[in-house]
Amino acid sequence: MESIAGRKSALVWAVHISVLALVLLWVVPTFGLLVSSFRTGDQIASSGWWSALSTQEQSLSPIRVEGDEVQKDGAYVIEGTLFPRGASTVSAWGTSSRAIDAYVPGDTAELGDGQSLTLDDKGNYVLTSPTSLEGTRLPRIFATASQPPEFTLNNYQTVLFGQTTGTSIGRAFLNTATVSIPATIIPILIAAFAAYALAWMNFPGRALLVAAVVGLLVVPLQLALIPLLQFHNWIGIGKGYLGIWMAHTGFGLPLAIYLLRNYMVGLPRDIIENARVDGATEFQIFTRIILPLSFPALASFAIFQFLWTWNDLLVALVFLGTGDSQLVLTAALVNLLGSRGGDWEILAASAFVSIAVPLFVFFAMQKYLVRGLLAGSVK
Amino acid sequence: MADLKLTHVEKAYGEVKILKDINLDIKQGELIVFVGPSGCGKSTLLRMIAGLESITSGVLEIDGQRMNDVPPAERGIAMVFQSYALYPHMTVRDNMAFSLKIARKSPEEIDKAITRAAEILQLTPYLDRLPKALSGGQRQRVAIGRAIVRDPKVYLFDEPLSNLDAALRVATRIEIAQLKENMPESTMIYVTHDQVEAMTLASRIVVLTVGEGIGQVGTPLELYERPENEFVAQFIGSPAMNLLDGEIVQTGAETVVQIDGGGLARSTVPTESGDKGLKVRAGIRPEDFIPTDSDAIFSGEVEITEALGEVTQLYFRRNGSDHGLIAKLPGIHANLRRTTVSLTAAPEKVHLFHNGRSLLYR
Ligand SMILES: Nc1ncnc2c1ncn2[C@@H]1O[C@H](COP(=O)(O)OP(=O)(O)OP(=O)(O)O)[C@@H](O)[C@H]1O
Ligand SMILES: [Mg+2]
Repeated sequence: MESIAGRKSALVWAVHISVLALVLLWVVPTFGLLVSSFRTGDQIASSGWWSALSTQEQSLSPIRVEGDEVQKDGAYVIEGTLFPRGASTVSAWGTSSRAIDAYVPGDTAELGDGQSLTLDDKGNYVLTSPTSLEGTRLPRIFATASQPPEFTLNNYQTVLFGQTTGTSIGRAFLNTATVSIPATIIPILIAAFAAYALAWMNFPGRALLVAAVVGLLVVPLQLALIPLLQFHNWIGIGKGYLGIWMAHTGFGLPLAIYLLRNYMVGLPRDIIENARVDGATEFQIFTRIILPLSFPALASFAIFQFLWTWNDLLVALVFLGTGDSQLVLTAALVNLLGSRGGDWEILAASAFVSIAVPLFVFFAMQKYLVRGLLAGSVK
Repeated sequence: MADLKLTHVEKAYGEVKILKDINLDIKQGELIVFVGPSGCGKSTLLRMIAGLESITSGVLEIDGQRMNDVPPAERGIAMVFQSYALYPHMTVRDNMAFSLKIARKSPEEIDKAITRAAEILQLTPYLDRLPKALSGGQRQRVAIGRAIVRDPKVYLFDEPLSNLDAALRVATRIEIAQLKENMPESTMIYVTHDQVEAMTLASRIVVLTVGEGIGQVGTPLELYERPENEFVAQFIGSPAMNLLDGEIVQTGAETVVQIDGGGLARSTVPTESGDKGLKVRAGIRPEDFIPTDSDAIFSGEVEITEALGEVTQLYFRRNGSDHGLIAKLPGIHANLRRTTVSLTAAPEKVHLFHNGRSLLYR
């Protein structure tokens, strides 16, 4: 008894730890991407996303004193601040890169030629000089300051409403939706009818059809791409939304029919026969009994198909043109990598725009996903 | 509200004949019970009447109209399934309304039918619940209610109580009996495994055999008191009737049989003088045995006793037979174990069979 209990709890622990590991593996990069997408390029370059969330003490890049000089008590004075947006606190500063923490806030640094520089902890500086500073090189301040978290929406602004050709993520988002939504709905409509027929209607060749569907499940997508495109060209629809809807429908149908049929076969026969005795036609049985009862399976397939079409790049590259009006998110991201590969903040924001919808769909529908995955496997 | 007639009805799945030459004449208002061993085709026959299963050959008539190829909905039948088969996504009300909506009845009509059925079945408080929020008994009543609202000519029940626990089964059985009483003009066909259900509910029982067609049709008491053949004799009654091999030694109004390895059994089954020497089987129900001191039909050592309270069942081993013999005596007799008991039976309780058929029905 004891050893069984011990083994069991060890197993439970193993499960829990693996789940935790998987969750971390998934959540950490996603969250990092989200945080990065709200930071400026400089911030991303100078520190990791994890340091963006708390007040950080860091050595700032040198800031040159600037401002208009005024005459005060016979001396020329320039006043200004290091932090126009405020909220940072200086802990140490210096005037040369060799000694960046030579002074503490409030100290006055003698710069020679009678010039002196004072910096308080809010970053306000006062440069005093006996002679006019007009035309001279002003000193630089090397400050070490703690900065509160700071985020910006600029990246999203740029990404969503920017006008650069081939990188307009906002437009691409709409294009992707134009591809994904019909490419999800059409196969479900067809597959639901087919699945009902294959599950519950008697006709010769039914078993053969089911076998054919299972066979189609294993046909690799890549194999069919080019012949299908040639076919599209031949019948005259060429590249475009109609073509990609049909392609996604075709590629999605075998799995859809298979999943839905397996689910529908598991529905109790008595219920369907009772509906038949109650006078329902096949179509009424389908719409009033089968469809509502199959909702978990329909939803789970819809989720699969939507995620897959949303994230698809290959099929879109083949069946859609490259103009702005047909560029999908994934393709736009690829373009961005090429044209703005160094601008991490732009890439992060774009990437997050493209995963936001799948994330939302996943969290909103996860209960159907789990139920649907189990469909047909346990009864 | 209908007569139902089956003429030479058969059912085959491929080469295998499940049902053979079924002839039945069911009058309006009867409650017919199908019984038979598992796999004999009770459900199949019921489903053939419902139209859910095709009829291989023969004719099914309802009210004189041939129904073989009429779709289920147009036969005027309603079926109650063993699994209830409620629509899980509809409330009780919608479950009952489904067939009426399909038939495009007016909302008032639907409402009236549901209210009436709910009252009969005491379902009024549950009308807006989903089936999953009902107990087994309530679900069963919804299933029956769904049949009632359609006001069918023939009700078909396939083991409607077999999913209920013992107490609920008794209660629902009585409800069904009352339901039948309230609707004396409706015809019902009822499939069951349960002998008590069959004996208490049926106006006539149809005993089905495995692959041999109908064993016997008759009122419950007819089947119990005058079984036509060994199969029915053994199927009706629990424990089953004992069959003892023997030979007729005296014929006439009272027949005397010499039981192999036993004594003389007297029976009121009449025989003719030509029957003398005929090999027969004497059938005696366990509850018809009486302990005796003299003239025993059978005597032997009690192997096992089962005291059930109001009766005690005694199990004997019989020499030269692989079937034991069971006697059921009123009262508690646990002390009889390992003793020798002699048994006899009243002559009118002794059945005689030759080649499996009763000598009463020659
Ligand atoms: N579709 C089918 N194909 C072949 N044989 C079948 C089919 N359906 C039923 N049978 C056979 O027909 C016989 C009768 O089945 P049925 O369900 O009518 O029995 P039943 O009397 O209702 O049994 P039970 O009391 O166990 O419910 C069984 O032997 C079964 O194996
Ligand atoms: Mg059955």
